[in-house]
Amino acid sequence: MTTSDGAQPMTEPMTESMTMVAALNAGLRAVLEDNPRTLLMGEDIATLGGVFRVTDGLAKDFGERRVIDTPLAEAGIVGTAIGLAMSGYVPIVEIQFDGFVYPAFDQIVTQLAKHHYRSGGDTQLPIVIRIPFGGGIGAVEHHSESPEAYFVHTPGLRVWSPADAQQAYTGIQAAVACPDPIIFLEPKRRYWDKASVVLARPTPAELDQMWTSRTLRTGTDVTLVAYGPMVRTCVEAAESMTQQGISATVIDLRSLSPLDLDPVFASVRQTGRCVMVHEAVETVGLGAEISARISEECFFSLEAPVLRVGAPHVPYPPSRFERHYLPNIDRVTAAVRQVMAL
Amino acid sequence: MTDVKFEAPLRLLTPEGTLESAPSIELAMPTDVLEPALLRSLFRDMTLTRRVDTEATALQRTGELGLWSSCLGQEAAQIGSAHAMAHNDFAFPTYRESGVAWVRGVDPVALLGLYRGTTHGGWNPQEKQFALFTIVLGAQVLHAVGYAMGLQRDESDGAVIAYFGDGATSEGDVHEAMVFATVQSAPVVFFCQNNGWAISEPVHRQTTVPFTQRAAGYGMPTMRIDGNDVLASLAATRWALAHTREGGGPVFIEAVTYRMGAHTTSDDPTRYRPAGELEYWATQDPIQRLGTLMRARGAADDTWFQQLADEADALGERIRAGIRGVVDPEPELMFDHVYAQPHLQVDRDRQRWTTLTTSDGVSS
Repeated sequence: MTTSDGAQPMTEPMTESMTMVAALNAGLRAVLEDNPRTLLMGEDIATLGGVFRVTDGLAKDFGERRVIDTPLAEAGIVGTAIGLAMSGYVPIVEIQFDGFVYPAFDQIVTQLAKHHYRSGGDTQLPIVIRIPFGGGIGAVEHHSESPEAYFVHTPGLRVWSPADAQQAYTGIQAAVACPDPIIFLEPKRRYWDKASVVLARPTPAELDQMWTSRTLRTGTDVTLVAYGPMVRTCVEAAESMTQQGISATVIDLRSLSPLDLDPVFASVRQTGRCVMVHEAVETVGLGAEISARISEECFFSLEAPVLRVGAPHVPYPPSRFERHYLPNIDRVTAAVRQVMAL
Repeated sequence: MTDVKFEAPLRLLTPEGTLESAPSIELAMPTDVLEPALLRSLFRDMTLTRRVDTEATALQRTGELGLWSSCLGQEAAQIGSAHAMAHNDFAFPTYRESGVAWVRGVDPVALLGLYRGTTHGGWNPQEKQFALFTIVLGAQVLHAVGYAMGLQRDESDGAVIAYFGDGATSEGDVHEAMVFATVQSAPVVFFCQNNGWAISEPVHRQTTVPFTQRAAGYGMPTMRIDGNDVLASLAATRWALAHTREGGGPVFIEAVTYRMGAHTTSDDPTRYRPAGELEYWATQDPIQRLGTLMRARGAADDTWFQQLADEADALGERIRAGIRGVVDPEPELMFDHVYAQPHLQVDRDRQRWTTLTTSDGVSS
């Protein structure tokens, strides 16, 4: 292939169809290659490659000094990661499952989140805490939770969640490049979804872009807002609703802290209606915050109250209940019908 | 005594100010420890640490500080161990290590900012090789182990000291830290000041065995020393740092000392301290015993002691003037450094706050 002006052909960026697991693995490999101060830490991540195989093969290629099988102690993992960051390393921590993060809560919320503030900016702690989160895979208790609101509520933390393989590949690199501590929530029910992923190293502008929300489709009747696992659900709901003559915008927040809500406000001013979807319990969840912000910013554009589609105020139930517990296309569609009726 | 059923801790300098011959292989008397210059340096640092402590307590009583956590009585444990550190070693303190802070070069006026409420920090940890004070018990012990894992990966010859108290030994973080440190063979010294009390709870509320026995169970050498003996503290920590620096893995030191003051200025130890305990520990004073030794060995004369007293007075005056001269930070500074890079929610809230405080009719 030659270009029209006869210059050397550009190297086509490698594009590959891959799962989110493979995309995360490729993203982690990229940061390990590019930054010798990066380290991976977690339970079963080295020899086994992680229970979801996200770190498969990385210990073999980068050695056990950089890919560390830690003792089974979550506070210990995050606490030692803080010390490693203080000594100049960039630890990327894996918490094996969402429900296992709570033993590390003090180290995350009291120590990690506040350190930059306490030190008056003298000490940065560029730590990424990867957590497979959310339900939908028929897992046993404590393996299906959505803890994001705790972390979004905590000043000093950033929170990020990919919706697909491309987002995961670029997003993990954006998280590692950021000097702030980040909770990186991987929607485990989307781990095996395949998508075409451009494997080029992201540019600085592309990395910055990951901290904004993105509009996946534009409609005129209603704005659907989601992140992580519910993005696909919302896109599918929007597509199915076109048959009923309903035209929906779908916005993927990606970054939960900070929240980039200007695109949401702009859309709601057009549609006058908004449905916020997440797996987490509705009470004081992200939907509550976003609904409040929409009422502050778009009050006179609203045709209907902002509705939330989330989990009831119930602990994550045994998995045979989860198809009744989790938001799905039907529940999103029902909420849309409700706001359209007004 | 708080722990009569345990064996007497190792010591080099008796409460009477006389020397004991080396009580163990690890705690051999280092040859330079009896050099007059080093004895004077240890005595000076303990004396000035006590002066910082006295001034801070007085400043709290006059309303200049919100709180103070005194290290009165623990000067030998802190000054001895801190003197064992090399320049590139790093220490992680609790909120009571004002003696270690002094040795690491933290200005007392800066240190007191935390207690006055002008800052959560007060010094640059990298510059002083001394982490910020940590109030939630035990959390910093994990940071110390992680820092040591970093030094290990850098193939540095530096080592780390993690300070914590008897109460914190019950925290899960401390136990997890010992697991990580031993498994990783990290260059870290666990320095536990057992000062007898965790606010109102005596040591037997935390343990039924010596702390050294627990630490040994994780697989590391341990020492139980007289924490009011600055020479033992120095010698034991030197040995421990050398051992861990050379790849021997972590070491645990229990320095048996006593909290002569209250837990903090908000505490009232008369509600729980048994009669006679304070009087007993007053006979174990770390500064007095070193002074006796120095006079007996001719390491310092009256003129030197007088000069030090004058220096302490000048330090007291400087602290009082410094603290009274501290102006409150500008209010909008509370929005700074939440994140290293801009964050939309902080920016929005700063903007809203600025608008509110600059609007007519709204008081700032």
